[in-house]
Amino acid sequence: MSEIIKTDALIIGAGPTGLFAVFELGLLDIKAHLVDILPRAGGQCSELYPEKPIYDIPAFPMVTGQGLVDNLMKQIEPFGPTFHHGEQVDQLEVLGTPEAPLFKVTTDAGKVFEAKVVLIAAGGGSFQPKRPPVAGIEDYEGKSVFYAVRKMESMRGKRILIVGGGDSALDWALNLHPLASRIILMHRRDEFRAAPHSVNAMRELVAQKNMDLIMGQISSLKGSNGQLSAVTIKGNDGQVSDIECDVMMPFFGLTMKLGPIADWGLNLHENLVPVDTEKFETNIPGIFAVGDINTYPGKLKLILSGFHEVALAAQKAHRYIYPDKKLTFQYTTSSSSLQRKLGVN
Amino acid sequence: MPKVTFTDKNGVSRSVEAEVGSTLMETALRNDIPGIEAECGGACACATCHVYVDDAWVEKLPKAEQMEEDMLDFAHDVRPSSRLSCQIRITNDVDGLKVTTPDSQ
Repeated sequence: MSEIIKTDALIIGAGPTGLFAVFELGLLDIKAHLVDILPRAGGQCSELYPEKPIYDIPAFPMVTGQGLVDNLMKQIEPFGPTFHHGEQVDQLEVLGTPEAPLFKVTTDAGKVFEAKVVLIAAGGGSFQPKRPPVAGIEDYEGKSVFYAVRKMESMRGKRILIVGGGDSALDWALNLHPLASRIILMHRRDEFRAAPHSVNAMRELVAQKNMDLIMGQISSLKGSNGQLSAVTIKGNDGQVSDIECDVMMPFFGLTMKLGPIADWGLNLHENLVPVDTEKFETNIPGIFAVGDINTYPGKLKLILSGFHEVALAAQKAHRYIYPDKKLTFQYTTSSSSLQRKLGVN
Repeated sequence: MPKVTFTDKNGVSRSVEAEVGSTLMETALRNDIPGIEAECGGACACATCHVYVDDAWVEKLPKAEQMEEDMLDFAHDVRPSSRLSCQIRITNDVDGLKVTTPDSQ
């Protein structure tokens, strides 16, 4: 049993809204931990469009996705948030009361949090590997179709078909090569958008006949009880053939899914979480939903909406966490106490 | 306004007006065309607005750029006529364009 991490606020999602929540909560003396399935902060901004310019952030005529994230990280530095990357929140248990909320939240990596408030800032959902739309693939997942391997050793002696042409596909092909009895790499074209040194290493192995490289796409799966025996592929020449293999690892990028949050007893409307527009609180007192994941009349999925929402949610969070403290509204320009928290006074 | 036609996997066709300067993906969303998800909102980052361009139009459209070709790697059942609709810009030249949406994004 892992040690329980006690925190004022648990923020789910480290995109722009989750990051700015750290700031607004921090000004009100509320400490936060963040959980995000991605290996770094930034959410969609870093994952989908790091280089793309954004034009509608107030006071930034233009900022890139990554630029915005970098600035937010700098802005929240004084509040010392703790990040838990590469983990997905799994279960939530209500421990407290509507007046004094307390939640136990566990992650898929086995971490346990006890938080007084939970802010869901999960955007479009958590990033998950995209499942190729091949009939019956669900039956093989976790048994002989994998999107990642936790125990490399379990792949020893296997014939592994890796599908894709990006860094994930190439990295797994190269990492599993010493263990596997055979690696077959399949891609739809003879061009790879992976790191050049990986592509070179792969080409070398193929030239030495230590790895197979084929051009084609998956058409169907053969096997029984979740164990693959072969993958039927369509080659670029239109030829259909069977590739015998024990394991398939498809890499078709990431997609966003709501995930286990859907089972927390929250009201949902088309995969969005309805909230009020005063506190951005859900139907469970103490759980807030902010940014792209929430919905209310007139909602606009803009980064600036998320920023506004966390400021208001933080006010209500303060009332839960410090029920006896009076909250006086203050400006960072003039309040010496806020400036102390920001480390500028 | 140029007109474009989307045919879905069941063979149902919908012809809609497309605004010059917008993209084919935006045209699809504005007209509730089924089969176009456009998860990333047009950043060429998700491959969920994949379409097959009618053979007669494949050569007439400006060629896919490298970024689009790379992103097509994430689409399913990619064919020579495959494009990402967020990268097809509506101009008067595309009046009459026909595309088919795939079985699955």
